[in-house]
Amino acid sequence: MAYADQAENEAVHEPKSFFTRYIWSQDHKVIAIQYSLTAIFVGLIALILSGLMRMQIGFPGSLEFMDASAYYQAMTMHGMIMVIYLLTALFLGGFGNYLIPLMVGARDMVFPYVNMLSYWFYLLSVLVLLASFFVPGGPTGAGWTLYPPQSITAGTPGTDWGIVLMLVSLAIFIVAATMGGLNYVTTVLQARTYGMTLFRMPLTVWGIFMATVLALLAFPALFVSAVMMLFDKLLGTSFFMPAIVSMGQALDHQGGSPILFQHLFWFFGHPEVYIVALPAFGLVSDLISTHARKNIFGYRMMVWAIVAIGVLSFVVWAHHMYVSGMNPYFGFFFATTTLVIAVPTALKVYNWVLTLWRGDIHLTVPMLFALGFILTFLVGGLTGLFLGNVIVDVPLSDTYFVVAHFHMVMGVAPILVVFGAIYHWYPKVTGRMMNDCLGKLHFWITFLGTYAIYFPMHYLGFLGMPRRYYSFEGYEFIPDSAQDLNAFITVAALLVGVSQLLFLFNLFWSVRNGKPAGANPWQATSLEWQTPQTPPPHGNWGAKLPVVHRWAYDYSLPGMKADFVPQTVSDQELQRRRSREQVGGES
Amino acid sequence: MRSQELWRAEPGEGGESGWVPATERPGRIANTAIWLLLAVISVLFLLFLVAFISRAQLDDWPSLTGFGAPLADFRPLWLNSLLLLAASLALVDARRALAGANRQRLMLGILLAGAFALLFLIGQLRLWQLFEATGYALDANPASSFFYLLTGLHGLHLMGGLLVWGFLLGQLLALDQQQLPGHHFASSLQLCARYWHFLLLIWLLLFLVLTRTPETFRAIAAFCGLG
Repeated sequence: MAYADQAENEAVHEPKSFFTRYIWSQDHKVIAIQYSLTAIFVGLIALILSGLMRMQIGFPGSLEFMDASAYYQAMTMHGMIMVIYLLTALFLGGFGNYLIPLMVGARDMVFPYVNMLSYWFYLLSVLVLLASFFVPGGPTGAGWTLYPPQSITAGTPGTDWGIVLMLVSLAIFIVAATMGGLNYVTTVLQARTYGMTLFRMPLTVWGIFMATVLALLAFPALFVSAVMMLFDKLLGTSFFMPAIVSMGQALDHQGGSPILFQHLFWFFGHPEVYIVALPAFGLVSDLISTHARKNIFGYRMMVWAIVAIGVLSFVVWAHHMYVSGMNPYFGFFFATTTLVIAVPTALKVYNWVLTLWRGDIHLTVPMLFALGFILTFLVGGLTGLFLGNVIVDVPLSDTYFVVAHFHMVMGVAPILVVFGAIYHWYPKVTGRMMNDCLGKLHFWITFLGTYAIYFPMHYLGFLGMPRRYYSFEGYEFIPDSAQDLNAFITVAALLVGVSQLLFLFNLFWSVRNGKPAGANPWQATSLEWQTPQTPPPHGNWGAKLPVVHRWAYDYSLPGMKADFVPQTVSDQELQRRRSREQVGGES
Repeated sequence: MRSQELWRAEPGEGGESGWVPATERPGRIANTAIWLLLAVISVLFLLFLVAFISRAQLDDWPSLTGFGAPLADFRPLWLNSLLLLAASLALVDARRALAGANRQRLMLGILLAGAFALLFLIGQLRLWQLFEATGYALDANPASSFFYLLTGLHGLHLMGGLLVWGFLLGQLLALDQQQLPGHHFASSLQLCARYWHFLLLIWLLLFLVLTRTPETFRAIAAFCGLG
């Protein structure tokens, strides 16, 4: 029996009690909200940590508790939380969970129980991670890349408990991501509704789908390195630990290869960039098309670019290791692949711009964030071309130029999409609009503020200011004026940080007080806006699954009064509407 | 035909694409998911093996198969391989029995599969004891660390398989003596069998790689451009 037949014939088992509906829920929409709120909560912790770090850099000594160890701990936790526990979880667990079934016309994920488990494992991983703040020695301060031997050798903060909890938490997170990922991929492949061919799926689904495939194949590398490092730390093996003298004492380890860890880590780490970027690409494509009232330019090219970026992302990892002393021929190879990946990426940027070209651009809050993304991604991407070249990377490596680059390209750019997408889909999730004024204020402070933070960092990087330093006093090559710039950056960072309260207030206040949104406030074409009820109930579609007749981008069709045609409208129906409009026009 | 339908429809052209969601056969969704899962586990083991081979390049790498080393004698490894093979074959036979509606042989096949798999795990534990006894403890040298890690991980995956096996056995026991389980059971059995065959292949691969000499690893690494 076909899945959809089954889905239509089976009674939808609506959960009745509070617990099964909101806590132990197997509904993809509730799980998505659980994922999102948890990710936003833990992201706020990481945001506060960044503020504390900036206080130390901008105004050294202003915080009494901020010694070198605390600084490194804040830095490590900030990085790891932002990349893994916020962005990955929010894009895949949050947006993936909410949008995939709705956009492909399914009633739910294909394995709802596993989906629920995925969230609870994720929550467990977050709790284990946060527990490291409360153990003796505190969280690990090894830097988000956790390079051994220093990450498990005395002298680095958190080598007793912190690093163990971090590695265990990562392993649990990977189990959660795998359970979710199997669900998302299988749902996209098997549970699409009638007529929803792969090439009729919105780019959001394509982006999340490909990112999930990357996650399934790349996270094992992190798992492998985490397990091997745990063995080194707890069981005395020497996978990564070379013979080493620590604080005057020779350790028991010998013969391990720290470079091996770097290879494994970046074999995960680089695809991770695209695990975050590809969903952002997908979401922003839909935002731009909807709010410019124009079909996405070069849909198929966009899909193949997503696929190509996904494949290429597995053969560029060692560009993170140019200064690790590897064979120069490797450097040549990885620089080439890195530059090649710019081709499909640039293609996407061109297509976004061409979608905007002569579009009917509505400067709504989601559109502002989408435009902000294009600019930010462009800036971050261009500095990526600098750093992809070995000869430019070597002097810039480990400077603030790198910090500026990756924050622009995989920090600010994706988070702008996250905000845009939340403002865009919020009416579907809650049935109410978020406040427009607050949204615009939030956008401008965040957008301009992040440029105030990261633009000067490029310059500091050129000056040679090293990243990961706790204090910059007494370095002759850094001019005093750099300190003024650092203070400026800190002020900007604190402003941007505090301005996120606007967003949080808007997010929670609008649940009850927002303007009622109706079913399709943006007049969008894709399936999630065509649900019979808003917010969609358990089972999404009522008695009948929707039937899809067209792609998701029929905006501003010639000869039509309405500037959008939903995916559920058949050609006959479209014909009828056309002739009705003509008759109406003539009379 | 289905795959053509997947790709044929032109975006924006409208009209019926003919795409009908998922399965005409029962268990198609689980089928897709299990292939994905096997792909993920393959990547996991592949990465461990890449780590193993690149680590084996360093000079301090001891041979596990040399004189006095725990794997100098392959017989225990062959015995374990045979046990795991028998477990897989028992599941194959169980599937045949189910297709032929032979309830007793189905039960026998499933019980034997579990028994052989358990014996395999015991055999692996005895290998660990052998390693310990010959001075190749977990932290003694990199080669034995990898041996424990890889066989341990494989064993854990097999235990996962045994969980599913226990679930199937439970379903079978819950039925009357004469009753045959339905198609849902058959598809679960098929997926379970596929997973076990896959773990047999992984074990044979581990067997092959772990018993090579350092020279072979160097040759493989040179071939892959890692040397």
